[in-house]
Amino acid sequence: MLSALLIMAGIALVLGAALGYASIRFKVEGDPLVEKIDAILPQTQCGQCSYPGCKPYAQAIANGEADINQCPPGGEEGIRALADLLGREFKPLSEEHGVEKPKAVAFIDEQTCIGCTLCIQACPVDAIVGAAKQMHTVVAPLCTGCELCLAPCPVDCITMEPIRETVENWKWKYPVVEIRKAA
Amino acid sequence: MITKLFNFHGGVKPDPHKAESADAPIRPAPLPPMLVVPLRQNARSQAHCIVEVGDKVLKGQRVGDAEGMLGTAVHAPTSGTVREVTEHPMAHPSGLSTHCVLIEPDGRDEWVERTPLDYLKAPRAHALAFLRDAGIVGMGGAAFPSHIKLGKGSGIDTLIINGGECEPWITCDDRLMRERAEGIMAGARILFDLIGAKRVVVGIEDNKPEAIDAMRTASAGLEVPAEVVAVPSLYPAGGEKQLIRVLTGIEIPHGKLGSEYGVQCFNVGTALAVHRAINFGEPLISRIVTLTGNVARPANYEVLIGTPVEALLPLAEPRPDTDRFILGGPMMGFALPDLRVPILKGSNCVIAASPALFPSPQPELPCIRCGACARACPADLQPFELYWYARSRNFGKAQEYNLFDCIECGCCAFVCPSHIPLVDYYRFAKSEIWARERDLMASDKARERFEFRNFRQEREKEEKAARLAAKAAETKAKLATREPAEDNLAAVPSTEAEDPKKALIAAALARAKAQKAVVAPRNIDIDTLSPEQQAEIEAIDARRKSSANAPEAPGKAPADSSPPAQVPATESDEATRQ
Repeated sequence: MLSALLIMAGIALVLGAALGYASIRFKVEGDPLVEKIDAILPQTQCGQCSYPGCKPYAQAIANGEADINQCPPGGEEGIRALADLLGREFKPLSEEHGVEKPKAVAFIDEQTCIGCTLCIQACPVDAIVGAAKQMHTVVAPLCTGCELCLAPCPVDCITMEPIRETVENWKWKYPVVEIRKAA
Repeated sequence: MITKLFNFHGGVKPDPHKAESADAPIRPAPLPPMLVVPLRQNARSQAHCIVEVGDKVLKGQRVGDAEGMLGTAVHAPTSGTVREVTEHPMAHPSGLSTHCVLIEPDGRDEWVERTPLDYLKAPRAHALAFLRDAGIVGMGGAAFPSHIKLGKGSGIDTLIINGGECEPWITCDDRLMRERAEGIMAGARILFDLIGAKRVVVGIEDNKPEAIDAMRTASAGLEVPAEVVAVPSLYPAGGEKQLIRVLTGIEIPHGKLGSEYGVQCFNVGTALAVHRAINFGEPLISRIVTLTGNVARPANYEVLIGTPVEALLPLAEPRPDTDRFILGGPMMGFALPDLRVPILKGSNCVIAASPALFPSPQPELPCIRCGACARACPADLQPFELYWYARSRNFGKAQEYNLFDCIECGCCAFVCPSHIPLVDYYRFAKSEIWARERDLMASDKARERFEFRNFRQEREKEEKAARLAAKAAETKAKLATREPAEDNLAAVPSTEAEDPKKALIAAALARAKAQKAVVAPRNIDIDTLSPEQQAEIEAIDARRKSSANAPEAPGKAPADSSPPAQVPATESDEATRQ
C-alpha cells in the first residue's frame, strides 16, 4: 500500500518536474495568433479598419475587440482566410469601413505638385520621395495603394491609377465553357 | 555503340502531320517593310533599350541591353533606321503589348563588325557574358537564357542536344538538323566545353531518319564522345525531363531540375545559335519557322526576329476557310489574338487552323474519374486531382499535388473523354498562385517598410527630446554662472530673475526688441520719398482699389488701403506682381 503510494507520488513528481521544465524551455514568445492574422492582412497600412495599421488591427482581432470584416483591401478573400484561421463564420465586408476596389497606386501630377512634403509624411511605407519645394514622386512598386496621401495634398495633385495589366502580371482566366448555337 | 533506352510514363500519339512541311527546304523569308523587335522575348525579363528614334542601326547591332538576372540582349535583325520605340502587341496568349523597337530596313543588310570569341582562352565568365550579349536563349519555345543554363561549369555529366521535336506539324528542327548538322555539332562542342560535360547525346525522334543520318555524319567528326540516338516517337519525347528519362534512365523527382542530376538539355537551334555567336560573332537575329496547316504551300523559312506574322502568312498562302492561326504546336501553342505580332526567338511554328483540321472543342462534360489523364501524364501527376483543386480554386491543395511539375503538354486534355480543357485549368491555377506569391512578397515588403518607418519616427522623437533637454540644461547652466552681472537681465525684476524660465523669456523679448530696433530703420522714410516713389505708391493704391471693387478680389485688400500703411502696400504690390 505504502510502496504503491510512494511510487505514484514519485511518478507525479518526475512528470511534474518534466512538464515544468518544458514550459520554461519551450516557451513561445509573443502571440503567434497575431502574427498569423497579420500574415493574412494585405499590409496596405491604410487604416480603413479604424486601427493605425495592419498589426494593430491583427492585435485587435486577436483580442476580440475587432471583427474580421473591417479590411476592404483584403476583400472577401481576406475575410474568408481570417474566418478559416479563427474558426469563425464568414461575413460580408462591413460597409462603414469601405468597399473593395481594384488595386491601384498613387500617382503625383508633377506639374501641379508644390513640394509641400505633406504626402511624404502621410505615406505609411515611405514610398514617396521628394524634399521641401522640390517635386515629389511615388515609387510605384512600393506603393500599397492606401490612399492616405490623397487627403493631405493641398493642391489635389495625387490620383489613384489602377495597376495596368502587362505581360508580366497577366493571369490566365478561369476556363469558361463557351455556349454555342447548335448547328 | 548501342544504348539502352528507357521509357517515360504516359505520352500520347497524335497524328504527326510532319510530312506536309518536312520536305520543304529552309528558305530565307523576304524582308518585311517594318521589323518589330520586342525588347521582351519572354514574360520574365525585358531588355533595356539603348537606341533612339532616328538612329541608323546595322545588322546585328545591339538595340537592347540585358537587364536583370534572366536578361539577354536584343539586336537589330537587319540594317535600317529606328522609326519608333513603342508599345506593340506581343506573341503572347494575352495579346497584350510590350516595348518594341520598330526598325525600317534599308535593304542593304549591312553587318556590324563581327568579332568571334576564342572561348577556350577567354575566362568562362567572359564567355557566358558573351552569350548573354549575343542574345542567346533557348529556341525550343521557352526562350530561357542559355548562359544561365550553362551554370557553374561543373556537376554536369551528360549534355543532351534535344532534336526531339515531338509536337505534330512542326518541322523546323528537322530541317535544321538535315541542312546544318555541322553547325549544330560545332555548337554542341562549345556547350560541351563551357558546361564541363563528359559526353554529348543527341536525342532525335525516329520519325526523322534523314536528320538522324545527317547528325550522325556530323558527330563523327567531333573530337568529344558524342552519340546520336533515335528515340521512339511518342509525344512528348522532346520534353526535357522525358528526353532525359529516355536517354539516361534518370527519373528527375518532382520539383527538381535535370541539372541537379548531372544532365542539361539544349535545343538544336540553340546549339547552332551558340556556334554562330562564338565562332562567327553573329548574335541571334533569326530563326527557322515552320508555316503549315491549312495552307497551299507549307514551308520552312529562316525568319528575322521581329518579322510580323502577317508578313509571313502570304508566303504559305493560307486557304480561305482558315479561321485562326496557332503559334507553336497544336498541343502547346495558342491561337494568335493579333496577326501583327512579331516572331520571337522562341516562336517555332505558325499553323493555319480550319474547322476541318482543328474542330472547335466539344462541350465540357463532368469528370467521370476514369483515370485516362493519369495514364497519359508524362510528368507522373494525377491530372484529375489537379483539375478538382484548380476548378475549386483550392490552390494550396493543387500545389501539394505538384501542380508546378505540370509541363502543360496537353496529353491529359488530349485523352480526356469528357473533353475537359484540363491544361486551361492548370494554367489558371498556376498564374493565380504566382499572383498570390507576388502579392505576398509585396505585402512582406510593405510590412517591413511600415515597421521601419514607425521605428524611425520613434527614434526621431527620442532624438529631438534628447536634443531639447540638452539645450535646456545648457542654458540653465549658462544662466546660473552669469546671474546678476548680465545687462540683459538688468531690466528684469529680481523676483523674476530667480525663475530661470521667466528670465529666459524676458531675455528673448529683449533680444527681439533690440533686433526690431535694428531692422526698423531699413524701411523707407515716408517723409523723404522721391516724387517717383510717391507716384508709384499712388499708382499701386489706385490699382488695389480697382481690384478691391472687382467681384473676386480678396476681402483683405480694402483694409490695407489706409494711407500710413506703406509697408503693407509694398507687400500687396509684390503679391499682385506674383
